[in-house]
Amino acid sequence: MDTESRVTIHSPTDIVTARQEVRRLASQVGFDGMDLTVVATAVSEVARNIIEYAVSGEIVIRTLSDAGRPGIMMVATDEGPGIPDIEQAMLDGFSTSKGLGIGLPGARRLMDHFEVRSQIGRGTTVIMKKWLQGGE
Amino acid sequence: MQVPILKQGPYVIASIQAALTDDDLLQLRDALVEQVGRHRSRGVIVDVTVLDVMDSFAVRTVRDIAHMTRLRGAETVIVGIQPDVAFAMVQLGLKLEGIACALDLEEGLAYLDQTSRGSAGRGH
Repeated sequence: MDTESRVTIHSPTDIVTARQEVRRLASQVGFDGMDLTVVATAVSEVARNIIEYAVSGEIVIRTLSDAGRPGIMMVATDEGPGIPDIEQAMLDGFSTSKGLGIGLPGARRLMDHFEVRSQIGRGTTVIMKKWLQGGE
Repeated sequence: MQVPILKQGPYVIASIQAALTDDDLLQLRDALVEQVGRHRSRGVIVDVTVLDVMDSFAVRTVRDIAHMTRLRGAETVIVGIQPDVAFAMVQLGLKLEGIACALDLEEGLAYLDQTSRGSAGRGH
């Protein structure tokens, strides 16, 4: 049983791969049904953001164990243009691309931990965590 | 992976068989819009039962399918959205407002039968 998976994101096909990989690792640590759908959907949205804004990047999926409580962490990194105003990007309905503007704020609602770091001209990192049975 | 589209009477039915890439979804949209014309269909059913994720792109494309086929004279029904997928869609704020959804294929066909009878009644 592996505890980490890296998915390079540079075409829309990789979005499907990232969804499948997060499902695989999350089910290994005990996630099922709704939680699997939730993490796969969140990963889909951040992978989509990479392609829309940065063209390419990577998603690292890692299983977690916090005092015996299993969880899953997903770190999406790109070397794209960066997000000028993270607060604005996290507002519902805000989008500069052709999406529906639900990408980041939507993904945040699905996660227990959600963090965006971005530097203009350097790129963006989105860190998401979900614990088995919710709660931070 | 291409989605098989079957003609059944006045309707066309797209049964999604596996996870779809963005390109697959766009291809499905274009195929349905074209086939509605070729078969002179009055209704379209998109069966998403096997989809374990409907993200923003999938929802937008489904919405586009419904609007584009309506402009071609056919009503679209989305059938088979799974409970987990419905939950994730609501959390993400993804909506299919104004688009008919039904529990499964059977209910979808019943819905289309009802709507086409309704329009026949209005003198078409």
